[in-house]
Amino acid sequence: MREITYAQAINEALASNLEKDERVFLMGEDIGKYGGLFQVTVGLLDRFGPERVIDTPISETGFVGAAIGAAMTGMRPVVEVEFLDVTTCAMDMIVNQMAKIHYMFGGHGKVPMVLRTPMGAGRGGAAQHSQSFHAFFLHIPGLYVVTPSTPYDAKGLLNMAILDENPVIFIEHKMLYVTTGPVPEEYYTLPFGKADIKREGKDVTIVATHAMVRRSLAVAEEFEKEGIEIEVIDPRTLRPLDKESILESVKKTGRLIVADEGTVSCGVASEISAWIAEEAIEYLQAPILRVGSPDTPIPFSRPLEKIYVPDEGNVRESINKMKEYL
Amino acid sequence: MGETKTRERDYAAAEVTMQPSKKQMVDLYTVMVTIRLFEGRLPQLYARGFTGLTHLYTGQEAVAAGVCANLRKEDYITSTHRGHGHVIAKGGELKFMMAELFGRKIGYCKGKGGSMHIADLSLGILGANGIVGAGIPIAVGAALSSKMRKTDQVTACFFGDGASNTGAFHEGLNLASVHRLPVVFVCENNLYGISVSQKQHQAIQDISIRAVAYNMPGITVDGNDVLAVYEASGQAIRQARAGEGPTLIECKTYRWRGHHEGDPNQGRRYRPTEEIEEWMKKCPIRRFEEKLSEEKILTVAKVKKIREEIEKEIDEAVAFADESPFPDSQDLYEDVYV
Repeated sequence: MREITYAQAINEALASNLEKDERVFLMGEDIGKYGGLFQVTVGLLDRFGPERVIDTPISETGFVGAAIGAAMTGMRPVVEVEFLDVTTCAMDMIVNQMAKIHYMFGGHGKVPMVLRTPMGAGRGGAAQHSQSFHAFFLHIPGLYVVTPSTPYDAKGLLNMAILDENPVIFIEHKMLYVTTGPVPEEYYTLPFGKADIKREGKDVTIVATHAMVRRSLAVAEEFEKEGIEIEVIDPRTLRPLDKESILESVKKTGRLIVADEGTVSCGVASEISAWIAEEAIEYLQAPILRVGSPDTPIPFSRPLEKIYVPDEGNVRESINKMKEYL
Repeated sequence: MGETKTRERDYAAAEVTMQPSKKQMVDLYTVMVTIRLFEGRLPQLYARGFTGLTHLYTGQEAVAAGVCANLRKEDYITSTHRGHGHVIAKGGELKFMMAELFGRKIGYCKGKGGSMHIADLSLGILGANGIVGAGIPIAVGAALSSKMRKTDQVTACFFGDGASNTGAFHEGLNLASVHRLPVVFVCENNLYGISVSQKQHQAIQDISIRAVAYNMPGITVDGNDVLAVYEASGQAIRQARAGEGPTLIECKTYRWRGHHEGDPNQGRRYRPTEEIEEWMKKCPIRRFEEKLSEEKILTVAKVKKIREEIEKEIDEAVAFADESPFPDSQDLYEDVYV
């Protein structure tokens, strides 16, 4: 199968939806002539015109709110917020409006829209252009939260997100945009709430998201030489979460590491750990370990940023701790 | 709508000239009285624990009535935390509104929304809204949607003087003007953002001057004069429908009661009693009733009949709400996702 980048896979999904559904349109800052800060929407303005690929003012409350109004009245907007950090400028729209309208209105009305935004440190973006607080959206019932780690997942999940009747927060990862992988040319969807076992193993389960999937897979290879078989599961959507697949894996291995790039405190890893502790503690043969970012803002200086970002070293360290319980 | 003849909405009347017909004037009057009498029941019901948090529109009825009289059924509105008037004027059914205020399952939002979140998508009511200013970008999006779908629907966006200081106001009006969207921004300047007077919260007197910043027409009208509101909004709505872009209309008005039921002493902590009394003398309903009597459009007998019919409909709405069941415990978990 041909290989394309994560950014190209997202671009393909956007293009095919624009092509097949006239209700779909894109809105965001610099998504037209510029092609998106990360070149995800490149070429779409030329193909679909300025009425369906709308460059907006720098105005997150304005265009995210407008997408809500458009979604409520029959359209299928896909908005891009340039950095996850900047979703804070539209938080009322996301938290109080988009997420709650269906419930507040007693099941009447719906907000079928997708908000795409990239997270992740590693590009010297410092404290306001690198954050990974996607866990925040898990505190808000009414939103789906999608976290693709490969080009294949990104295309299939975005196609699904645009079809879905609910508001979807589609969290991309900046450092993954240039990564490549096999992606079918044709249209396909991947279901929400279905984890993907990226690697099978019987000794330790690593539940990993986004870039932590690649990092965990690399480390898993290293440990295979020592005879330690590591299973890597990517939930792919954090809400809905495929609890069944994670539980099954933990029951098999008896050991769990959760690796997510957000801060460890109150993060994705914390939530999954707590839930496993509640529901499967009798299967555990070792303490649950979390891999994530420290509780600091993200520093600018390269050496500091490198320490900040959870990487292969952090995953390796956790597995070494786990070895005491093997 | 409804079985009650008096309040039957005549949508054909939305295709109007500047000067409303006699029938349209009676309709305007009826809508205002309906809002006044419906809300007239709420302080008691609130005090007795039948309803939750609610913000009354009393005194501002001419704005909702005057604007919505120009709208078609398929047109949209966005409303505010003080939304009963807008919902009634756009055709909302009193019994489902009252049931919602009572938190009953048969209410507009199955009892999950309450006063601040009443919506009826089938009437284009995109919801009251508990966050000041939040309806503005949503209204802009509805207008964008109509433009993209190539309908000639118009969106009327209600908000207050308080909202005119939010970022959402600026971002929404800016976006609407850039794309020349079919939306009419109706600012109900009731002189207070909760307890803070307009003098303290903005350095301008006429909010309509802010329209200049968006290169759109801005006008100020007497918000207690239903015909003035009707005419100004009618023109703006016709322009929007014709693809000529948005307008900002400021309606100067006043709320008689506190910010919400339970605001100590009906807002007299921050508003002089004389000011409240002065504005009560400018009652939009009494003014219009006098005009209609002078012009022999309404007789004393007709006024009495209209009011009796509305009171009867409200009695029925209260009984309907009171007799309806609360949601089931399982309903808590439903409607989170489609």
